[in-house]
Amino acid sequence: MHGLARCIAIAVLLVCAASQPLLGETIAERAAPCLACHGESGQSETPEIPSLGGQPAPYLLIQLYMFREQQRAAPEKKNDQMIQVMTEMTKGFTDDDLRDFSDFIAKVPAPKPPADTGDAARMQRTAALITQHRCNSCHGLDLSGRDNVPRIADQREDYLVKTLREYKTNARRGYDDTMAEALAPVSDEQILDLAYYIVRFR
Amino acid sequence: MNPRFTVQHSILLAGTIAGVLLAAPAVAQQSAPAASPPAASPAAPLPPGSPLIGRPEGNEAASKLAPIAPPPIPAAADKLPTTQLKLPAGFNIEVYASGIANTRSLRVGDKGTVFVGTRLGNKVTAIVKKDGKTEIKTIAEGLYRPNGLAYHKGTLYIAELSQVSKIDNVEANLDKPTKPTVIYNDLPKDEAHGWKFIAIGPDNMLYLEVGQPGNNVLHDKDHGQIRRINLDGTGAEVVALGVRHSVGFDWNPVNKQLYFTDNSRDWLSEDLPNDELNRVTKVGEHFGSPYCWQGNLPDPEFGWGHKCSDYTAPAALLGAHTAALGMRFYTGSMFPSKYKNGAFVARHGSWNKSNKLGGDVIFVTFNKDGTVKSMEPFITGFLVDNKYIGRPVDVQPMADGSMLVSDDWNGAIYRITYGKAKVAGR
Repeated sequence: MHGLARCIAIAVLLVCAASQPLLGETIAERAAPCLACHGESGQSETPEIPSLGGQPAPYLLIQLYMFREQQRAAPEKKNDQMIQVMTEMTKGFTDDDLRDFSDFIAKVPAPKPPADTGDAARMQRTAALITQHRCNSCHGLDLSGRDNVPRIADQREDYLVKTLREYKTNARRGYDDTMAEALAPVSDEQILDLAYYIVRFR
Repeated sequence: MNPRFTVQHSILLAGTIAGVLLAAPAVAQQSAPAASPPAASPAAPLPPGSPLIGRPEGNEAASKLAPIAPPPIPAAADKLPTTQLKLPAGFNIEVYASGIANTRSLRVGDKGTVFVGTRLGNKVTAIVKKDGKTEIKTIAEGLYRPNGLAYHKGTLYIAELSQVSKIDNVEANLDKPTKPTVIYNDLPKDEAHGWKFIAIGPDNMLYLEVGQPGNNVLHDKDHGQIRRINLDGTGAEVVALGVRHSVGFDWNPVNKQLYFTDNSRDWLSEDLPNDELNRVTKVGEHFGSPYCWQGNLPDPEFGWGHKCSDYTAPAALLGAHTAALGMRFYTGSMFPSKYKNGAFVARHGSWNKSNKLGGDVIFVTFNKDGTVKSMEPFITGFLVDNKYIGRPVDVQPMADGSMLVSDDWNGAIYRITYGKAKVAGR
């Protein structure tokens, strides 16, 4: 079974367990379906599914809240049907659940960059792009984020491309307008460069 | 052309920087602890026209400034900061309602129902006080940043990012609300400064603001303005231009003119430009953005070829990066007479400033000719040790002369009364 479909199938199977905790189930047990797709080590091996390791808890809280409130979409195909996976996963979550899951996942180790350090010229020209668009002022000098701003360092390259594109076209609506505004002057070619750089950030 | 009134109060004064400082928000090379820089030479000269020329490296302070998002989950009622907020002698503050995510614009219906809009959520909420109990009802959901609200003769108007809709006879159907009907959607769809504030004027037209689609950008004729439309959505007319992002406006009861707050640009400097309180004296008046700030500061990028004297200067300067949002003139009788016909202005507080300013509600008085006479703090204490314990967004007087204040940081609404604490009424 294709990697993504398999992890979705496992997750959806376990989703009942996640949203209706069995007596005595720890948060780690309830988070097993999450890590089935997002990667147990904090590093996602599944195309276009983000690594969650090292994310600031307040950022995770906002995203889980938005999924629960159906303010953020994460459509995936399951058995020829489109389902909103993350809304399914967070259905029935209490506010405490949102906090507990955020706090737990924030402790999962951050992803690591790939072995290849990237083409030097491309990395340098993109470092200049990062400065020009002030990515560091929100994401930090080491791109690890803080508070409501996500870690982007070493995030999956395909997820970065997808996300940056979605913010630019408003296919993904942010909690606020910051990313839409930041990406207005960024071209698609630059988005590819940014993703290339950020995944390899050391 | 200098603004006619500059804030002198020490709390409100932005700073006296003579020159204009260009922000330097980030370093050219990463300095992460375990980093080894990219293999190419770090001293390569910048190509001509590079936006990095002249930009100092290593400005740590600027590299720490990011828009601040409130917690998504409203604070528990026992965690609200009312005891830490300060008001002038004789005023009281109590919690009117809490547990409503991202409380923003406020309006009151004829029966006393309080309507609440939101910027980061997707619902419009109604608050009903009945038999000493507070009932909170969702009257519309699945909306796109329904920040703007207006109420007129039984109808609630809702402004989302790019459309205005209405619910007729809203107070009669709070438990089974009808779905909003769109009346106007000839609006841009930009997220940047796209959330709206609306209000109905003495001319019975609905006024709405369309923000500038970026921090500091040129834009087309459909942005950066306040428009008005008939209550059926027809007859759109631009009323004010050169508006960057106004999230609060109201009409002076004495001269019937429209006054609006405006958030000035970021990333120019910590202390300039000021946010503005502007007065519209004629249709089509231009208030400067993005060419000229605060009446006397040409924009370093777009000001070339423009004169500040071509634009209308603010009626008052509201401090740099204070994020002045909701405002209402006070015409009630509960507060002492000095408050009559003055305006309360909520200052949400800074994000693009190392030492935050604002995080308060101020009170503005006016001369007979409509110019600003004085400004003073009214509710302070939302900023503690440069951190927010709350952030005021909108102010709304009630029929009994009390005033509501929304706090989107905590998802709560406070009620301000004067004199012996009364039971919360309509």
